[in-house]
Amino acid sequence: MATIDLGSWSCPLPLRDHPNIILGHGGGGKLSGELVKHLFLPAFQNDALAGLGDAAVIDLAEQGQAGARLAISTDSFVVKPLFFPGGDIGELAVNGTVNDLSMSGARPLYLTAGFILEEGLPLDVLGRIVESMAAAAREAGVALVAGDTKVVEKGHGDGVYINTSGVGIVPPGVEIGPQRAAPGDVVLVSGTVGDHGMAIMSVREGLAFETDIRSDTAALNGLVAAILEACPKVHTLRDPTRGGVASALNEIAQAAGVGIVLDEQRIPVNPAVRSACEMLGMDPIYVANEGKLLAIVPEEWSEAVLRAMQAHPLGKQAAVIGQVTGEHPGMLVARTGIGGTRVVSMQIGEQLPRIC
Amino acid sequence: MCLGIPGKVVAIYEDNGIPMGKVDFDGILKEVCLAYVPDIQEGEYTIVHVGFAITKLDEKSAQETLALFRELNVLEEELTADEEVAT
Amino acid sequence: MKYLDEFRDPALARKLLDEIQATVTRKWVLMEVCGGQTHSIIRNGIDQLLPEEIEMIHGPGCPVCVTPLEVIDKALAIASMPGIIFCSFGDMLRVPGSEMDLFRVKSQGGDVRIVYSPLDALKIARENPDKEVVFFGIGFETTAPANAMAVYQAKALGIRNFSMLVSHVLVPPAMEAILSSPTNRVQGFLAAGHVCSVMGYWQYVPLAEKYQVPIVITGFEPLDILEGIRRAVRQLEAGRAEVENAYERAVRYQGNPAAQRMVEDVFEVVDRKWRGIGVIPQSGWRLRPKYREFDAELRFSVADIYTQESPVCRSGEVLQGLIKPNECPAFGKECTPQNPLGATMVSSEGACAAYYQYGRFMTLEV
Repeated sequence: MATIDLGSWSCPLPLRDHPNIILGHGGGGKLSGELVKHLFLPAFQNDALAGLGDAAVIDLAEQGQAGARLAISTDSFVVKPLFFPGGDIGELAVNGTVNDLSMSGARPLYLTAGFILEEGLPLDVLGRIVESMAAAAREAGVALVAGDTKVVEKGHGDGVYINTSGVGIVPPGVEIGPQRAAPGDVVLVSGTVGDHGMAIMSVREGLAFETDIRSDTAALNGLVAAILEACPKVHTLRDPTRGGVASALNEIAQAAGVGIVLDEQRIPVNPAVRSACEMLGMDPIYVANEGKLLAIVPEEWSEAVLRAMQAHPLGKQAAVIGQVTGEHPGMLVARTGIGGTRVVSMQIGEQLPRIC
Repeated sequence: MCLGIPGKVVAIYEDNGIPMGKVDFDGILKEVCLAYVPDIQEGEYTIVHVGFAITKLDEKSAQETLALFRELNVLEEELTADEEVAT
Repeated sequence: MKYLDEFRDPALARKLLDEIQATVTRKWVLMEVCGGQTHSIIRNGIDQLLPEEIEMIHGPGCPVCVTPLEVIDKALAIASMPGIIFCSFGDMLRVPGSEMDLFRVKSQGGDVRIVYSPLDALKIARENPDKEVVFFGIGFETTAPANAMAVYQAKALGIRNFSMLVSHVLVPPAMEAILSSPTNRVQGFLAAGHVCSVMGYWQYVPLAEKYQVPIVITGFEPLDILEGIRRAVRQLEAGRAEVENAYERAVRYQGNPAAQRMVEDVFEVVDRKWRGIGVIPQSGWRLRPKYREFDAELRFSVADIYTQESPVCRSGEVLQGLIKPNECPAFGKECTPQNPLGATMVSSEGACAAYYQYGRFMTLEV
């Protein structure tokens, strides 16, 4: 039996067909990736950016500060509705940047916040959002040290957009990045997948359904500290936000030039999230998370890491879900429930509900 | 086509003269049009496609089908050399 | 979920696979008619678990895929008009017309919305009386009762700002078109379970007889599909050609009479063009004259849009099972899910997209 690899086929002129920005460019899938690769990277090229991690890690030795490494990250938040089951845009904005920093192994320290407000936004709404940001920052142990506010005309924004940027310090000896995943490594996830995306979907016009699914938004720096304490040799950490576990692992497989095999049966999914996905014809591994992480660690450390995750309040349902392999580099493959296999590709744009 | 998912009818009511209901998909409640399953009762299962119950799910026959699968008499010894040649 | 999980049981799947293996003695070509079945086969990796003797051809049963280019162009024209809220099922948004897709219309300011049900579109119409709300009414027989109800209710409740762009297609005429083709390779069918939930399966009896093919009404979960294959192979090996129902929990011989009555009231049968295949006589539905006031094609004067399909794309042959997706010269090159030429690359269920997404481990026949 011979196998052929279609993975090497790609669209020769990926941006050709979209002269305008479409929603998919923000979906965390292939379109987002192309925007970064073909537009932003060539314009801003430098070594720190080229790492393409969740945060840039900068060695301060060049600045005469030997041994110290700074992690820097930025993220913007546009979510409809502003308040959703289990959270709101403020909490999301703090946790999102804290998590991006944490995924480089950094201890997050300081955040800045930029607000773009739509004319007419009720002050009490902004008040609630800011309150919630403050609470999230306290919870994560970071300080919001600078900010900015701009107002756009009514009709030119969805109430509030928030950008947060953050810095943190990477402890000595910690070397974490997507390109470090190596054959033989074990893939772990810190809990159920798809909760955030489905919580948002449940309140979306035209698709709404009743459920107790709540966003999993949470700051993961505490969990990362626990993992690093158990295993300083962690190779890769990633928070699978837009595009879900499938897109995050595809990116890692491509960055490291390795294959990844997922065991579908072992991926924890909240039953209501599973049902919602069935109903809408979606796949939970493509659905966004805001309080989960993927850890890729050498096999001999996987037990210790799993135990450390499960002992932390945000990792109780952590599980081993797959393995890194030297075969089919750049590709993510899933073993299905009935024992077959399938290729899990990168999502193109947004995941859409299906009728068929 | 037709993504159709089984769920349990938990409420039946009328809206603008059309029979509607709530269907429970294991933790998800969705409003569903029941006009095409006129004799369905609360507690019964239906298959829902784009917000419409398209048929009652016959629970007895579901169990029978599964029982049939369990009873399949697999003739292991008939897995012959054909397979080895093919692979 | 109850009645899903049981039909995904790995141990029972193994039993069915063993039984299929034990039954098959020679090569057989089967077609699963429905796109949902294709999705399930590939998503669960069933195609790789089957004995090599069995070849599955992915049929034309994805309404998104077979919607003709010119209807999409009509949809795009309407959605681009001012004052329109254009509502559609999610997977229709990515389908490319000759110039663009609905996402592009949306990015240029069009109000394009994804809905779960046609009744959601009706609700949007009631909430936006100053806008024209158009629903893209595509689908096979399964979806027709839902779309029919939306039109029926719009008329009953006097919701005049609602209309529907109808492109409904019918399964049995497409199966007959495949069977009567001189190049046909299909020896047995897994018929589309949910289509039969609505329409019943009596229509397939003359087809099975006339063309001497087994037709097994089949569901969508892995065990359902394996059982459909098992029964089709059993018939073929025994030289039988009958209609069997392997999806008894959801399908009765007569189908759903209440749904059929509504469809009959709202729609009438017409010749319909299928993307990539061409016109199949008596294979579609359009609104009956008494509901024409809700026909978006007439309301927005787009009836005269006519579009030629791509000459490179061989999706028609893929849809008919004449070639595998990767045998098309455009596959994976100028045609990808990101930049699809033919409809089979568009829907996640389309045979080409399914191959592209999941089929990288396709086995080559030795």
